[in-house]
Amino acid sequence: MNQEKTIVLEHRCFQGNYRLIKLAAPTIGPLVQPGQFVHLRVPRLENAVLRRPFSVFKADDVGLSILYATVGLGTEALTSVAVGEEVSLLGPLGTGFPGVGKDKFPVLVAGGYGNAALYLQAKVSPVKGVAFFGGRSAQDILCVDEFEALGWDVRVTTDDGSLGAKGLVTDALDSWLEGEKDVASASLELFACGPNGMLKAVGDRALGNGFAAWLSMDRNMACGVGACLTCVIKRKTETGWEWARCCKDGPVFEASEILW
Amino acid sequence: MNIPDLKVKIGSIEMKNPVTVASGTFGYGPEYADYVDLDRLGAITVKGISAEPHVGNETPRTFETASGMLNAIGLPGPGANGFCEKYLPFFESYSVPLIVNVWGKTVEDYGRVAEILDGPARVNALEVNVSCPNVKEGGALYGTDVDLFRSVVDEVRSKTEKPIIIKLAPNVANIKLFAKAAEACGADGISIMNSYPAMGIDIETRKPQLANRTGGLSGPAIKPIAMKLVWEAAQVVDIPIIGMGGVSTPEDALEFIIAGASAVAVGTANFTDPSTAVRVIDGIERWLSAKNIASVDDLVGTVKT
Repeated sequence: MNQEKTIVLEHRCFQGNYRLIKLAAPTIGPLVQPGQFVHLRVPRLENAVLRRPFSVFKADDVGLSILYATVGLGTEALTSVAVGEEVSLLGPLGTGFPGVGKDKFPVLVAGGYGNAALYLQAKVSPVKGVAFFGGRSAQDILCVDEFEALGWDVRVTTDDGSLGAKGLVTDALDSWLEGEKDVASASLELFACGPNGMLKAVGDRALGNGFAAWLSMDRNMACGVGACLTCVIKRKTETGWEWARCCKDGPVFEASEILW
Repeated sequence: MNIPDLKVKIGSIEMKNPVTVASGTFGYGPEYADYVDLDRLGAITVKGISAEPHVGNETPRTFETASGMLNAIGLPGPGANGFCEKYLPFFESYSVPLIVNVWGKTVEDYGRVAEILDGPARVNALEVNVSCPNVKEGGALYGTDVDLFRSVVDEVRSKTEKPIIIKLAPNVANIKLFAKAAEACGADGISIMNSYPAMGIDIETRKPQLANRTGGLSGPAIKPIAMKLVWEAAQVVDIPIIGMGGVSTPEDALEFIIAGASAVAVGTANFTDPSTAVRVIDGIERWLSAKNIASVDDLVGTVKT
Protein backbone atom coordinates (compact mmCIF):
# COMPACT_ATOMS: atom_id res chain seq x y z
CA MET A 1 0.00 0.00 0.00
CA ASN A 2 1.25 3.40 -0.96
CA GLN A 3 0.35 7.02 -1.22
CA GLU A 4 1.28 8.41 -4.61
CA LYS A 5 0.92 11.68 -6.48
CA THR A 6 -0.31 10.54 -9.86
CA ILE A 7 -0.70 12.47 -13.09
CA VAL A 8 -3.79 12.29 -15.29
CA LEU A 9 -2.76 10.76 -18.62
CA GLU A 10 -6.17 10.47 -20.20
CA HIS A 11 -9.68 11.49 -19.19
CA ARG A 12 -12.66 11.14 -21.47
CA CYS A 13 -16.23 10.06 -21.93
CA PHE A 14 -16.25 6.29 -22.23
CA GLN A 15 -19.91 5.77 -23.06
CA GLY A 16 -23.10 7.59 -22.00
CA ASN A 17 -22.76 8.72 -18.38
CA TYR A 18 -19.57 6.70 -17.92
CA ARG A 19 -16.08 8.15 -17.99
CA LEU A 20 -12.58 6.74 -18.09
CA ILE A 21 -9.66 8.29 -16.25
CA LYS A 22 -6.14 6.96 -16.67
CA LEU A 23 -3.47 7.89 -14.15
CA ALA A 24 0.30 7.59 -14.29
CA ALA A 25 0.94 5.62 -11.11
CA PRO A 26 4.24 3.76 -11.47
CA THR A 27 4.31 2.87 -7.77
CA ILE A 28 0.72 1.72 -7.25
CA GLY A 29 -0.07 0.43 -10.76
CA PRO A 30 2.19 -2.65 -10.71
CA LEU A 31 0.95 -3.67 -7.26
CA VAL A 32 -2.76 -3.86 -8.08
CA GLN A 33 -4.34 -7.29 -7.69
CA PRO A 34 -7.72 -8.12 -9.27
CA GLY A 35 -10.60 -6.75 -7.19
CA GLN A 36 -8.59 -4.16 -5.29
CA PHE A 37 -9.43 -0.47 -5.20
CA VAL A 38 -7.77 2.92 -4.87
CA HIS A 39 -8.78 5.86 -2.68
CA LEU A 40 -8.69 9.08 -4.63
CA ARG A 41 -8.58 12.67 -3.44
CA VAL A 42 -10.73 14.64 -5.86
CA PRO A 43 -8.84 17.80 -6.84
CA ARG A 44 -10.50 21.12 -6.04
CA LEU A 45 -13.19 19.52 -3.92
CA GLU A 46 -11.75 21.51 -1.07
CA ASN A 47 -14.61 21.32 1.39
CA ALA A 48 -14.84 17.54 1.12
CA VAL A 49 -12.86 15.85 3.88
CA LEU A 50 -13.16 12.36 2.46
CA ARG A 51 -11.45 10.61 -0.42
CA ARG A 52 -13.47 8.59 -2.92
CA PRO A 53 -12.90 4.85 -3.44
CA PHE A 54 -12.81 3.46 -6.99
CA SER A 55 -12.38 -0.06 -8.28
CA VAL A 56 -9.39 -0.43 -10.55
CA PHE A 57 -10.37 -1.22 -14.13
CA LYS A 58 -6.96 -1.82 -15.70
CA ALA A 59 -3.49 -1.61 -14.20
CA ASP A 60 0.08 -2.08 -15.40
CA ASP A 61 3.61 -0.84 -14.74
CA VAL A 62 2.75 2.63 -16.02
CA GLY A 63 -0.39 3.25 -14.02
CA LEU A 64 -4.03 2.41 -13.78
CA SER A 65 -7.42 3.36 -15.13
CA ILE A 66 -10.78 3.82 -13.49
CA LEU A 67 -14.19 3.57 -15.09
CA TYR A 68 -16.72 5.70 -13.26
CA ALA A 69 -20.20 7.16 -13.49
CA THR A 70 -21.14 10.62 -12.27
CA VAL A 71 -23.31 9.80 -9.28
CA GLY A 72 -22.60 12.52 -6.70
CA LEU A 73 -20.57 15.56 -5.74
CA GLY A 74 -17.25 13.73 -5.84
CA THR A 75 -17.62 12.15 -9.26
CA GLU A 76 -19.18 15.34 -10.67
CA ALA A 77 -16.12 17.29 -9.51
CA LEU A 78 -13.85 14.59 -10.89
CA THR A 79 -15.20 15.15 -14.41
CA SER A 80 -13.48 18.56 -14.50
CA VAL A 81 -10.01 17.14 -13.86
CA ALA A 82 -7.76 17.72 -16.86
CA VAL A 83 -4.96 15.73 -18.44
CA GLY A 84 -1.68 16.65 -16.74
CA GLU A 85 -3.30 17.43 -13.37
CA GLU A 86 -2.05 15.82 -10.19
CA VAL A 87 -4.28 13.39 -8.29
CA SER A 88 -3.39 11.87 -4.90
CA LEU A 89 -4.05 8.14 -4.61
CA LEU A 90 -3.85 5.63 -1.78
CA GLY A 91 -3.59 2.07 -2.90
CA PRO A 92 -3.87 -0.58 -3.87
CA LEU A 93 -6.33 -1.24 -1.07
CA GLY A 94 -8.38 -4.12 0.21
CA THR A 95 -8.55 -7.84 -0.32
CA GLY A 96 -9.50 -8.63 -3.90
CA PHE A 97 -10.52 -11.77 -5.76
CA PRO A 98 -8.69 -15.03 -5.13
CA GLY A 99 -7.26 -16.81 -8.16
CA VAL A 100 -9.69 -19.08 -9.99
CA GLY A 101 -9.61 -22.45 -8.21
CA LYS A 102 -7.91 -25.43 -9.84
CA ASP A 103 -10.25 -27.23 -12.27
CA LYS A 104 -12.93 -24.60 -11.73
CA PHE A 105 -15.00 -23.10 -14.52
CA PRO A 106 -15.17 -19.33 -13.91
CA VAL A 107 -18.34 -17.33 -14.38
CA LEU A 108 -18.48 -13.54 -14.17
CA VAL A 109 -21.65 -11.67 -13.23
CA ALA A 110 -21.78 -7.89 -13.43
CA GLY A 111 -24.39 -5.20 -13.08
CA GLY A 112 -23.70 -2.08 -15.11
CA TYR A 113 -20.14 -0.79 -14.84
CA GLY A 114 -19.48 -3.31 -12.07
CA ASN A 115 -17.71 -5.32 -14.76
CA ALA A 116 -14.82 -2.81 -14.60
CA ALA A 117 -13.90 -4.36 -11.23
CA LEU A 118 -13.87 -7.81 -12.89
CA TYR A 119 -11.61 -6.95 -15.81
CA LEU A 120 -8.27 -7.78 -14.18
CA GLN A 121 -9.70 -11.03 -12.82
CA ALA A 122 -10.97 -11.89 -16.30
CA LYS A 123 -7.54 -11.14 -17.70
CA VAL A 124 -5.53 -13.31 -15.30
CA SER A 125 -8.00 -16.19 -15.22
CA PRO A 126 -6.31 -19.23 -16.81
CA VAL A 127 -9.69 -20.42 -18.10
CA LYS A 128 -12.01 -18.00 -19.89
CA GLY A 129 -15.58 -18.92 -19.03
CA VAL A 130 -18.93 -17.20 -19.37
CA ALA A 131 -19.56 -13.56 -18.46
CA PHE A 132 -23.07 -12.28 -17.72
CA PHE A 133 -23.43 -8.52 -18.02
CA GLY A 134 -26.69 -6.82 -17.13
CA GLY A 135 -27.84 -3.21 -17.14
CA ARG A 136 -30.85 -0.95 -17.43
CA SER A 137 -30.37 -0.33 -21.14
CA ALA A 138 -27.83 -0.66 -23.95
CA GLN A 139 -25.85 2.37 -22.82
CA ASP A 140 -25.22 0.75 -19.44
CA ILE A 141 -23.51 -2.28 -20.98
CA LEU A 142 -19.81 -1.57 -21.24
CA CYS A 143 -16.66 -3.29 -22.45
CA VAL A 144 -18.29 -6.32 -24.12
CA ASP A 145 -15.67 -6.31 -26.85
CA GLU A 146 -12.84 -6.05 -24.31
CA PHE A 147 -13.98 -9.15 -22.43
CA GLU A 148 -14.60 -10.99 -25.69
CA ALA A 149 -11.09 -10.08 -26.79
CA LEU A 150 -9.79 -11.80 -23.64
CA GLY A 151 -11.67 -14.93 -24.71
CA TRP A 152 -14.80 -14.73 -22.57
CA ASP A 153 -18.24 -15.80 -23.77
CA VAL A 154 -20.23 -12.65 -22.97
CA ARG A 155 -24.04 -12.82 -22.47
CA VAL A 156 -25.87 -9.51 -22.23
CA THR A 157 -29.22 -8.71 -20.66
CA THR A 158 -30.94 -5.34 -20.32
CA ASP A 159 -34.01 -4.35 -18.34
CA ASP A 160 -35.59 -2.75 -21.43
CA GLY A 161 -34.35 -5.25 -24.00
CA SER A 162 -32.41 -2.56 -25.91
CA LEU A 163 -29.37 -4.87 -26.02
CA GLY A 164 -29.17 -8.62 -25.59
CA ALA A 165 -31.97 -10.51 -23.88
CA LYS A 166 -34.67 -8.59 -22.00
CA GLY A 167 -34.60 -9.24 -18.28
CA LEU A 168 -32.30 -9.37 -15.29
CA VAL A 169 -28.76 -10.63 -15.39
CA THR A 170 -29.75 -13.30 -12.88
CA ASP A 171 -32.51 -14.53 -15.28
CA ALA A 172 -29.82 -15.21 -17.86
CA LEU A 173 -27.62 -16.82 -15.23
CA ASP A 174 -30.52 -19.04 -14.09
CA SER A 175 -31.27 -20.33 -17.60
CA TRP A 176 -27.62 -21.01 -18.20
CA LEU A 177 -27.30 -22.87 -14.89
CA GLU A 178 -30.39 -24.92 -15.84
CA GLY A 179 -28.84 -25.82 -19.21
CA GLU A 180 -25.50 -26.69 -17.66
CA LYS A 181 -26.88 -29.17 -15.16
CA ASP A 182 -24.56 -31.79 -16.51
CA VAL A 183 -21.65 -29.62 -15.39
CA ALA A 184 -21.34 -30.41 -11.71
CA SER A 185 -22.18 -27.32 -9.67
CA ALA A 186 -19.09 -27.87 -7.60
CA SER A 187 -16.91 -27.13 -10.60
CA LEU A 188 -18.29 -23.59 -11.02
CA GLU A 189 -16.84 -20.50 -9.39
CA LEU A 190 -18.54 -17.11 -9.64
CA PHE A 191 -17.03 -13.64 -9.47
CA ALA A 192 -19.48 -10.77 -9.24
CA CYS A 193 -19.68 -7.02 -8.92
CA GLY A 194 -22.74 -4.84 -9.12
CA PRO A 195 -25.62 -3.46 -7.05
CA ASN A 196 -26.28 -4.97 -3.65
CA GLY A 197 -29.52 -6.67 -4.72
CA MET A 198 -27.78 -8.37 -7.62
CA LEU A 199 -24.91 -9.52 -5.40
CA LYS A 200 -27.33 -11.03 -2.91
CA ALA A 201 -29.23 -12.78 -5.73
CA VAL A 202 -25.96 -14.20 -7.09
CA GLY A 203 -24.93 -15.25 -3.58
CA ASP A 204 -28.26 -17.02 -3.05
CA ARG A 205 -27.75 -19.03 -6.24
CA ALA A 206 -24.25 -20.01 -5.12
CA LEU A 207 -25.47 -21.14 -1.71
CA GLY A 208 -28.41 -23.02 -3.26
CA ASN A 209 -26.24 -24.86 -5.79
CA GLY A 210 -23.14 -25.49 -3.72
CA PHE A 211 -20.59 -23.42 -5.61
CA ALA A 212 -18.48 -20.50 -4.44
CA ALA A 213 -19.33 -16.91 -5.38
CA TRP A 214 -16.87 -14.11 -4.70
CA LEU A 215 -18.75 -10.85 -4.38
CA SER A 216 -17.18 -7.40 -4.61
CA MET A 217 -19.13 -5.35 -2.08
CA ASP A 218 -19.59 -1.60 -2.21
CA ARG A 219 -20.05 0.47 0.95
CA ASN A 220 -19.56 4.11 1.78
CA MET A 221 -16.05 4.49 3.11
CA ALA A 222 -14.15 7.12 5.03
CA CYS A 223 -10.53 6.13 5.73
CA GLY A 224 -10.22 3.24 3.23
CA VAL A 225 -7.49 1.56 5.29
CA GLY A 226 -9.43 -0.22 8.04
CA ALA A 227 -9.13 2.43 10.75
CA CYS A 228 -12.47 4.22 11.03
CA LEU A 229 -14.92 1.29 10.89
CA THR A 230 -17.41 3.13 8.65
CA CYS A 231 -17.79 0.52 5.89
CA VAL A 232 -18.47 -2.53 8.02
CA ILE A 233 -20.63 -5.46 6.93
CA LYS A 234 -21.90 -8.41 8.94
CA ARG A 235 -19.77 -11.51 8.48
CA LYS A 236 -20.96 -14.86 9.83
CA THR A 237 -18.99 -16.54 12.61
CA GLU A 238 -19.43 -19.88 14.35
CA THR A 239 -21.45 -18.25 17.09
CA GLY A 240 -23.23 -15.48 15.21
CA TRP A 241 -21.69 -12.58 13.34
CA GLU A 242 -18.97 -9.96 13.53
CA TRP A 243 -18.30 -6.70 11.76
CA ALA A 244 -15.88 -7.04 8.85
CA ARG A 245 -14.34 -4.01 7.18
CA CYS A 246 -15.32 -3.73 3.53
CA CYS A 247 -12.18 -1.67 2.82
CA LYS A 248 -9.67 -4.02 4.44
CA ASP A 249 -11.17 -7.50 4.92
CA GLY A 250 -13.03 -6.98 1.62
CA PRO A 251 -14.24 -5.54 -0.67
CA VAL A 252 -14.41 -9.14 -1.96
CA PHE A 253 -16.20 -11.62 0.29
CA GLU A 254 -17.33 -15.18 -0.39
CA ALA A 255 -21.13 -15.34 -0.50
CA SER A 256 -21.43 -17.80 2.37
CA GLU A 257 -19.57 -15.39 4.70
CA ILE A 258 -22.09 -12.59 4.39
CA LEU A 259 -25.03 -12.12 6.73
CA TRP A 260 -27.44 -10.14 4.54
CA MET B 1 17.96 29.86 11.89
CA ASN B 2 17.51 28.08 15.18
CA ILE B 3 16.13 24.58 15.50
CA PRO B 4 13.15 25.06 17.78
CA ASP B 5 12.47 22.78 20.71
CA LEU B 6 9.22 20.97 19.94
CA LYS B 7 9.10 18.82 23.08
CA VAL B 8 5.95 18.75 25.18
CA LYS B 9 5.30 17.06 28.50
CA ILE B 10 1.89 15.81 29.53
CA GLY B 11 2.18 14.32 32.98
CA SER B 12 5.04 11.86 32.66
CA ILE B 13 4.71 11.45 28.89
CA GLU B 14 7.40 13.13 26.87
CA MET B 15 6.17 13.97 23.40
CA LYS B 16 8.99 14.87 21.04
CA ASN B 17 6.64 17.20 19.22
CA PRO B 18 3.19 18.58 20.00
CA VAL B 19 1.22 16.48 17.51
CA THR B 20 -0.83 13.37 18.16
CA VAL B 21 -3.82 11.88 16.34
CA ALA B 22 -7.41 12.06 17.53
CA SER B 23 -8.91 8.89 18.92
CA GLY B 24 -11.11 7.05 16.43
CA THR B 25 -9.43 8.48 13.36
CA PHE B 26 -6.30 6.34 13.48
CA GLY B 27 -7.59 2.88 14.35
CA TYR B 28 -5.47 0.91 16.82
CA GLY B 29 -2.12 1.81 15.27
CA PRO B 30 -1.24 -0.70 12.55
CA GLU B 31 -3.83 0.57 10.05
CA TYR B 32 -1.81 3.63 9.05
CA ALA B 33 1.68 2.17 9.56
CA ASP B 34 2.17 1.79 5.78
CA TYR B 35 1.51 5.48 5.21
CA VAL B 36 2.95 7.24 8.24
CA ASP B 37 6.22 6.71 10.10
CA LEU B 38 4.49 6.31 13.46
CA ASP B 39 7.64 7.23 15.37
CA ARG B 40 7.52 10.71 13.84
CA LEU B 41 4.37 11.49 15.84
CA GLY B 42 4.45 13.07 19.28
CA ALA B 43 2.10 10.36 20.47
CA ILE B 44 -0.46 7.95 19.05
CA THR B 45 -3.95 8.02 20.49
CA VAL B 46 -5.87 4.86 19.67
CA LYS B 47 -9.58 4.23 19.31
CA GLY B 48 -11.78 4.08 22.41
CA ILE B 49 -11.46 0.91 24.48
CA SER B 50 -13.91 -0.30 27.10
CA ALA B 51 -13.47 -2.98 29.75
CA GLU B 52 -15.51 -5.48 27.71
CA PRO B 53 -15.71 -5.94 23.91
CA HIS B 54 -18.37 -3.73 22.32
CA VAL B 55 -20.15 -4.17 18.99
CA GLY B 56 -20.88 -0.54 18.07
CA ASN B 57 -23.67 0.93 15.96
CA GLU B 58 -25.49 -0.26 12.85
CA THR B 59 -24.62 1.30 9.48
CA PRO B 60 -24.57 3.92 8.01
CA ARG B 61 -22.05 5.16 10.51
CA THR B 62 -20.63 8.24 8.80
CA PHE B 63 -21.83 10.96 6.46
CA GLU B 64 -19.79 13.66 4.76
CA THR B 65 -20.91 17.25 5.31
CA ALA B 66 -19.58 20.67 4.27
CA SER B 67 -15.98 20.85 5.52
CA GLY B 68 -16.55 17.96 7.85
CA MET B 69 -18.32 14.72 8.52
CA LEU B 70 -20.82 13.17 10.89
CA ASN B 71 -19.95 9.95 12.64
CA ALA B 72 -21.78 7.58 14.92
CA ILE B 73 -19.50 4.57 14.91
CA GLY B 74 -20.57 3.68 18.45
CA LEU B 75 -17.19 2.67 19.86
CA PRO B 76 -16.92 -0.92 18.62
CA GLY B 77 -13.82 -2.52 20.06
CA PRO B 78 -12.11 -5.64 21.33
CA GLY B 79 -12.24 -4.70 25.03
CA ALA B 80 -9.23 -3.86 27.20
CA ASN B 81 -7.80 -7.39 27.39
CA GLY B 82 -8.46 -7.98 23.70
CA PHE B 83 -6.69 -4.73 22.86
CA CYS B 84 -3.65 -5.67 24.94
CA GLU B 85 -3.37 -9.12 23.35
CA LYS B 86 -4.06 -8.05 19.80
CA TYR B 87 -2.38 -4.66 19.48
CA LEU B 88 0.26 -4.04 22.17
CA PRO B 89 2.82 -6.44 20.62
CA PHE B 90 2.67 -4.29 17.46
CA PHE B 91 3.87 -1.27 19.43
CA GLU B 92 6.98 -3.05 20.78
CA SER B 93 8.84 -2.13 17.61
CA TYR B 94 7.95 1.55 17.99
CA SER B 95 9.08 4.11 20.54
CA VAL B 96 6.17 6.55 20.06
CA PRO B 97 4.20 7.19 23.28
CA LEU B 98 0.90 5.35 23.27
CA ILE B 99 -2.23 7.02 24.63
CA VAL B 100 -5.21 4.70 24.93
CA ASN B 101 -8.64 6.32 24.83
CA VAL B 102 -10.98 4.63 27.33
CA TRP B 103 -14.71 4.76 27.96
CA GLY B 104 -17.39 3.02 29.99
CA LYS B 105 -21.13 2.70 30.39
CA THR B 106 -20.93 3.12 34.16
CA VAL B 107 -18.49 4.73 36.58
CA GLU B 108 -17.35 1.21 37.56
CA ASP B 109 -16.70 0.40 33.86
CA TYR B 110 -14.34 3.36 33.65
CA GLY B 111 -12.53 2.10 36.73
CA ARG B 112 -12.21 -1.42 35.32
CA VAL B 113 -10.75 -0.39 32.00
CA ALA B 114 -8.30 1.95 33.78
CA GLU B 115 -7.26 -0.85 36.11
CA ILE B 116 -6.62 -3.31 33.26
CA LEU B 117 -4.62 -0.78 31.24
CA ASP B 118 -2.64 0.31 34.29
CA GLY B 119 -0.75 -2.98 33.95
CA PRO B 120 1.03 -3.03 30.58
CA ALA B 121 4.12 -0.81 30.50
CA ARG B 122 3.62 -0.04 26.79
CA VAL B 123 0.45 1.93 27.57
CA ASN B 124 1.86 5.37 28.41
CA ALA B 125 -1.30 7.29 29.24
CA LEU B 126 -5.08 7.08 29.19
CA GLU B 127 -7.36 9.55 27.51
CA VAL B 128 -10.73 9.38 29.25
CA ASN B 129 -13.66 9.75 26.88
CA VAL B 130 -16.49 11.25 28.91
CA SER B 131 -18.00 12.79 25.84
CA CYS B 132 -18.85 10.29 23.14
CA PRO B 133 -22.09 11.52 21.60
CA ASN B 134 -22.86 8.14 20.07
CA VAL B 135 -23.35 5.59 22.81
CA LYS B 136 -26.67 5.50 24.57
CA GLU B 137 -25.39 4.61 28.00
CA GLY B 138 -23.04 6.94 29.86
CA GLY B 139 -21.17 8.63 27.06
CA ALA B 140 -22.15 12.24 26.71
CA LEU B 141 -23.94 12.35 30.08
CA TYR B 142 -20.66 12.01 31.97
CA GLY B 143 -19.33 14.88 29.95
CA THR B 144 -22.17 17.30 30.55
CA ASP B 145 -23.13 16.76 34.22
CA VAL B 146 -20.29 18.04 36.34
CA ASP B 147 -21.02 15.78 39.34
CA LEU B 148 -21.06 12.65 37.17
CA PHE B 149 -17.97 14.00 35.42
CA ARG B 150 -16.11 14.25 38.73
CA SER B 151 -17.15 10.75 39.75
CA VAL B 152 -15.66 9.32 36.53
CA VAL B 153 -12.39 11.23 36.79
CA ASP B 154 -12.05 10.33 40.49
CA GLU B 155 -12.67 6.66 39.70
CA VAL B 156 -10.11 6.53 36.88
CA ARG B 157 -7.60 8.48 38.97
CA SER B 158 -7.94 5.98 41.81
CA LYS B 159 -7.30 3.03 39.47
CA THR B 160 -4.18 4.12 37.60
CA GLU B 161 -0.84 5.74 38.26
CA LYS B 162 -0.47 6.59 34.59
CA PRO B 163 -1.13 10.07 33.26
CA ILE B 164 -4.81 10.63 32.54
CA ILE B 165 -6.09 13.11 29.99
CA ILE B 166 -9.78 13.97 30.11
CA LYS B 167 -11.50 14.51 26.75
CA LEU B 168 -14.17 17.14 27.27
CA ALA B 169 -17.56 17.45 25.64
CA PRO B 170 -18.02 20.65 23.63
CA ASN B 171 -21.75 20.95 24.26
CA VAL B 172 -21.64 22.39 27.76
CA ALA B 173 -22.67 25.83 28.97
CA ASN B 174 -19.36 26.49 30.71
CA ILE B 175 -16.25 24.58 29.67
CA LYS B 176 -14.24 26.19 32.47
CA LEU B 177 -16.25 24.29 35.06
CA PHE B 178 -15.27 20.93 33.54
CA ALA B 179 -11.67 21.92 32.90
CA LYS B 180 -11.24 22.99 36.53
CA ALA B 181 -13.01 19.87 37.80
CA ALA B 182 -10.66 17.65 35.78
CA GLU B 183 -7.62 19.43 37.18
CA ALA B 184 -8.96 19.32 40.75
CA CYS B 185 -9.56 15.55 40.42
CA GLY B 186 -5.92 14.99 39.52
CA ALA B 187 -6.02 14.84 35.71
CA ASP B 188 -2.67 15.37 33.98
CA GLY B 189 -4.16 16.97 30.89
CA ILE B 190 -7.33 17.85 29.00
CA SER B 191 -8.34 17.13 25.40
CA ILE B 192 -10.64 19.70 23.81
CA MET B 193 -12.85 18.84 21.99
CA ASN B 194 -14.82 15.75 21.08
CA SER B 195 -17.02 15.90 17.97
CA TYR B 196 -20.08 18.15 18.27
CA PRO B 197 -23.53 16.48 18.52
CA ALA B 198 -25.15 16.89 15.11
CA MET B 199 -27.57 15.44 12.57
CA GLY B 200 -28.29 15.16 8.87
CA ILE B 201 -31.46 14.03 7.09
CA ASP B 202 -32.01 12.61 3.59
CA ILE B 203 -34.87 14.68 2.19
CA GLU B 204 -36.00 11.94 -0.22
CA THR B 205 -36.36 9.19 2.36
CA ARG B 206 -36.81 11.63 5.27
CA LYS B 207 -34.55 9.35 7.26
CA PRO B 208 -31.52 10.47 9.25
CA GLN B 209 -28.22 10.01 7.40
CA LEU B 210 -26.89 7.90 10.29
CA ALA B 211 -28.34 4.66 11.65
CA ASN B 212 -27.84 6.11 15.13
CA ARG B 213 -29.97 9.09 13.98
CA THR B 214 -27.55 11.61 15.48
CA GLY B 215 -23.77 11.68 15.54
CA GLY B 216 -20.78 13.88 16.10
CA LEU B 217 -19.57 16.56 13.68
CA SER B 218 -15.82 16.71 13.08
CA GLY B 219 -13.44 18.30 10.61
CA PRO B 220 -12.59 21.91 9.68
CA ALA B 221 -16.24 22.91 10.24
CA ILE B 222 -15.78 22.70 14.03
CA LYS B 223 -12.35 24.31 14.35
CA PRO B 224 -13.59 27.74 15.47
CA ILE B 225 -15.79 26.10 18.13
CA ALA B 226 -12.83 24.13 19.47
CA MET B 227 -10.66 27.24 19.37
CA LYS B 228 -12.98 29.16 21.68
CA LEU B 229 -13.23 26.26 24.10
CA VAL B 230 -9.45 25.80 24.25
CA TRP B 231 -8.99 29.53 24.80
CA GLU B 232 -11.56 29.57 27.62
CA ALA B 233 -10.22 26.47 29.36
CA ALA B 234 -6.62 27.65 29.12
CA GLN B 235 -7.52 30.66 31.23
CA VAL B 236 -8.45 28.55 34.24
CA VAL B 237 -6.16 25.49 34.32
CA ASP B 238 -2.43 24.92 34.56
CA ILE B 239 -2.46 21.35 33.22
CA PRO B 240 -1.70 21.01 29.49
CA ILE B 241 -4.49 21.07 26.92
CA ILE B 242 -4.47 19.01 23.72
CA GLY B 243 -6.42 21.02 21.16
CA MET B 244 -8.35 19.22 18.44
CA GLY B 245 -11.15 19.85 15.98
CA GLY B 246 -10.37 20.40 12.32
CA VAL B 247 -6.58 20.45 12.50
CA SER B 248 -5.52 19.99 8.86
CA THR B 249 -2.56 22.33 8.44
CA PRO B 250 0.41 23.61 10.47
CA GLU B 251 -1.40 26.96 10.68
CA ASP B 252 -4.42 25.28 12.33
CA ALA B 253 -2.10 23.71 14.91
CA LEU B 254 -0.30 26.98 15.58
CA GLU B 255 -3.64 28.72 16.09
CA PHE B 256 -4.62 26.16 18.75
CA ILE B 257 -1.24 26.56 20.45
CA ILE B 258 -1.59 30.34 20.50
CA ALA B 259 -5.10 29.90 21.96
CA GLY B 260 -3.61 27.92 24.84
CA ALA B 261 -3.11 24.31 23.72
CA SER B 262 0.23 22.67 24.55
CA ALA B 263 -0.33 20.04 21.88
CA VAL B 264 -2.80 19.25 19.11
CA ALA B 265 -4.41 16.19 17.59
CA VAL B 266 -5.05 15.61 13.89
CA GLY B 267 -8.40 13.86 13.42
CA THR B 268 -10.62 13.80 10.36
CA ALA B 269 -7.73 15.12 8.22
CA ASN B 270 -6.06 11.69 8.56
CA PHE B 271 -8.81 10.44 6.23
CA THR B 272 -8.23 13.25 3.76
CA ASP B 273 -4.49 12.68 3.75
CA PRO B 274 -2.66 10.21 6.01
CA SER B 275 0.48 12.35 5.86
CA THR B 276 -1.28 15.33 7.51
CA ALA B 277 0.18 14.83 11.01
CA VAL B 278 3.75 14.68 9.68
CA ARG B 279 3.17 17.76 7.51
CA VAL B 280 1.78 19.59 10.55
CA ILE B 281 4.88 18.69 12.61
CA ASP B 282 7.26 19.85 9.89
CA GLY B 283 5.26 23.04 9.35
CA ILE B 284 5.24 23.94 13.06
CA GLU B 285 9.01 23.51 13.17
CA ARG B 286 9.53 25.66 10.07
CA TRP B 287 7.24 28.42 11.34
CA LEU B 288 8.85 28.58 14.79
CA SER B 289 12.24 28.60 13.19
CA ALA B 290 11.32 31.40 10.79
CA LYS B 291 9.93 33.46 13.67
CA ASN B 292 13.01 32.73 15.75
CA ILE B 293 10.89 31.28 18.55
CA ALA B 294 13.02 28.95 20.66
CA SER B 295 10.39 26.44 21.70
CA VAL B 296 6.79 25.52 21.11
CA ASP B 297 6.26 26.12 24.82
CA ASP B 298 7.05 29.80 24.29
CA LEU B 299 4.06 30.08 21.97
CA VAL B 300 1.45 28.39 24.17
CA GLY B 301 -1.36 30.73 25.21
CA THR B 302 0.24 33.84 23.69
CA VAL B 303 -3.01 35.08 22.18
CA LYS B 304 -3.31 38.84 22.61
CA THR B 305 -6.77 39.58 23.94
